[in-house]
Amino acid sequence: MPTPQAAELTARSIRKEFGEFVALDDVSLTIGRGAFVTLLGPSGSGKTTFLMVLAGFLPPTAGEVHQDGRDITALPPEARGFGMVFQGYALFPHMTVAENIAFPLKVSRRSGAEIRRRVAEMIEMVGLSGHGHKRPAALSGGQQQRVALARALACEPAVLLLDEPFSALDKNLRGQMQDEVRRLHREIGTTFVFVTHDQSEALALSSTVAIFDHGRLQQAGGPQEVYERPANRFVAEFLGDINILPISGAEAQGGVGHGRFEGRAIRASCGAAGATAALAVRPEHMRLELGEPAGGNAIPLSVTDLTYMGAETRLHLVSGGGTPVILSVPTAAMPAAVTPGAAVWAAWAEDRGFFL
Amino acid sequence: MRQITRSLVLLGPLLILLALAYILPFLGILRWSVTLPEPGLGQYRAALSDPLILSVFWRTLRICAVVTVLSVSAGYAVALLWVWGGPVARLLTELCIFIPFWISVLTRAFGWLSILSNRGLVNSWLEGAGLIAEPLALVRNEFGVIVGMTHFLIPFAVFPIASAMRSVDERVLMAARGMGAGRARIFWQVFLPMTLPGVLGAALLVFVFSIGFFVTPAILGGGRSVMVAELIYLRIFQSPDWGLAAAVSVILMIAIAGFLALLLRKMTPGDAR
Ligand SMILES: Nc1ncnc2c1ncn2[C@@H]1O[C@H](COP(=O)(O)OP(=O)(O)O)[C@@H](O)[C@H]1O
Ligand SMILES: [Mg+2]
Repeated sequence: MPTPQAAELTARSIRKEFGEFVALDDVSLTIGRGAFVTLLGPSGSGKTTFLMVLAGFLPPTAGEVHQDGRDITALPPEARGFGMVFQGYALFPHMTVAENIAFPLKVSRRSGAEIRRRVAEMIEMVGLSGHGHKRPAALSGGQQQRVALARALACEPAVLLLDEPFSALDKNLRGQMQDEVRRLHREIGTTFVFVTHDQSEALALSSTVAIFDHGRLQQAGGPQEVYERPANRFVAEFLGDINILPISGAEAQGGVGHGRFEGRAIRASCGAAGATAALAVRPEHMRLELGEPAGGNAIPLSVTDLTYMGAETRLHLVSGGGTPVILSVPTAAMPAAVTPGAAVWAAWAEDRGFFL
Repeated sequence: MRQITRSLVLLGPLLILLALAYILPFLGILRWSVTLPEPGLGQYRAALSDPLILSVFWRTLRICAVVTVLSVSAGYAVALLWVWGGPVARLLTELCIFIPFWISVLTRAFGWLSILSNRGLVNSWLEGAGLIAEPLALVRNEFGVIVGMTHFLIPFAVFPIASAMRSVDERVLMAARGMGAGRARIFWQVFLPMTLPGVLGAALLVFVFSIGFFVTPAILGGGRSVMVAELIYLRIFQSPDWGLAAAVSVILMIAIAGFLALLLRKMTPGDAR
């Protein structure tokens, strides 16, 4: 089996209008050879539209799509030869599993023997041995998903595009399928572009996360980068719970921002953007202290509520000025004295806070 | 249980009307078929052995089969235009489907008569163009009956087919296209098989409907292409032979009930294969 040639895809200033409505606005993104890129965003943010532009099903209103440096904007989808897993699977309901997987091979005029060999290989690869003769309606959601993957990968595409493949699956199955897709990506080495609205799925799977909102690309970067250094408030809030503290008199000096939160001096490292009036700290990056710590960033708070979540406990706190703060503490390390109404301190390292 | 009682009370008047208007007369016919002119199954034996009656049954089946194939094929094309056509095509198709419903079956049969008769539009055009010397026999035969019935039944074929087409997930077609399948392959190997349940439903509906046709074959067949319903009429009103007419009616009813049962099984969701 020849190893497929993974492709690099580049979108340049893609704009897509539906009548008056702007679904994509100036989206530029490079998807590296063999990368696993997720397109993440809330429903209606333009993820599917962008995927359809990459696949060639939708012509962009403006902008270009390049594959390995070649302009493919005008190339129809059938000439691009990408694999695609549609939202809702889009299997052929009247064909068996084997026939579904054989369809693209027949279209590309492979010999009968090769089709049989390849279909058997794909069925084996996605773990559907023994189900080849079944119709999609006789399969579970997870199994249908595997058929869609096998069908999309049958012709060794240079790029595999997946549109919310797991959104219809329950949580356990979803985790299992995520592992499966990661394994397939490792084994095949082709370029994956994966759409999801689930931030933990995006962080867990990909080498690059591209976050969309209202048709604009908000930020693209590695999972740790976008989670810990979000480019803006939308990204920060979309990727997980975050505490946002209003800061007065913020100013930057040599890469460190200073300011005051309800009168207490706060320091945080800041980039070129400088210090702003909003400091963000993730709940798991804050430390719970019973008394005032000796140094560093710390603010006094009172407990309003506790939520037991198994391995961790979430503390809901409020500052004297009324700013809500969430803290997540390992349940095993939870002091017994912390009950609703108790006065506590939250402390965090200088490099854990960032200005938005 | 209370639910059922309630619906029975609400549906009661309708059920009584149906019983009075259909079931009682049918029971009467059933009685005639085994009592006139003398008690016994003689009329059924006669109906199923009389070559004339058998030829009418055979002709009815033949005409209905041809009409079904033609109506469903044409209905498929019309449904394609209706579901997938541009906005103008869609509107025009819709008009062409719905307008016939407002025109009486009698008017339509006479319309076809004026188009197909010896001095009708078609023959006078062809003669005027010098293509034929003698008028073609387009009506008062099976051909005319088939044209008139097909025209009447196409809209009924369109509905189940269009509904099957509407339920086809567009992404499945996109998937096929993305794999490089051409339009012909997508149609024959994906779209047509996916809409086949609608086609079967339409075929059964049209076939069952066509078996009982009376006015159209009577007018366009001109007495030379008699179908079962017209045969029953003739045996009741012209050569009074009520027992035989009743027996033929019962046979027709049983045949239609059989096809209807098949239709219901096809149409019942969950049971669909
Ligand atoms: N064919 C279309 N015509 C008009 N509006 C569309 C069309 N496709 C998508 N949109 C709009 O574009 C926006 C983005 O859609 P989509 O890309 O499907 O979002 P997502 O996949 O992120 O949920 C939505 O507001 C949607 O209503
Ligand atoms: Mg979508």
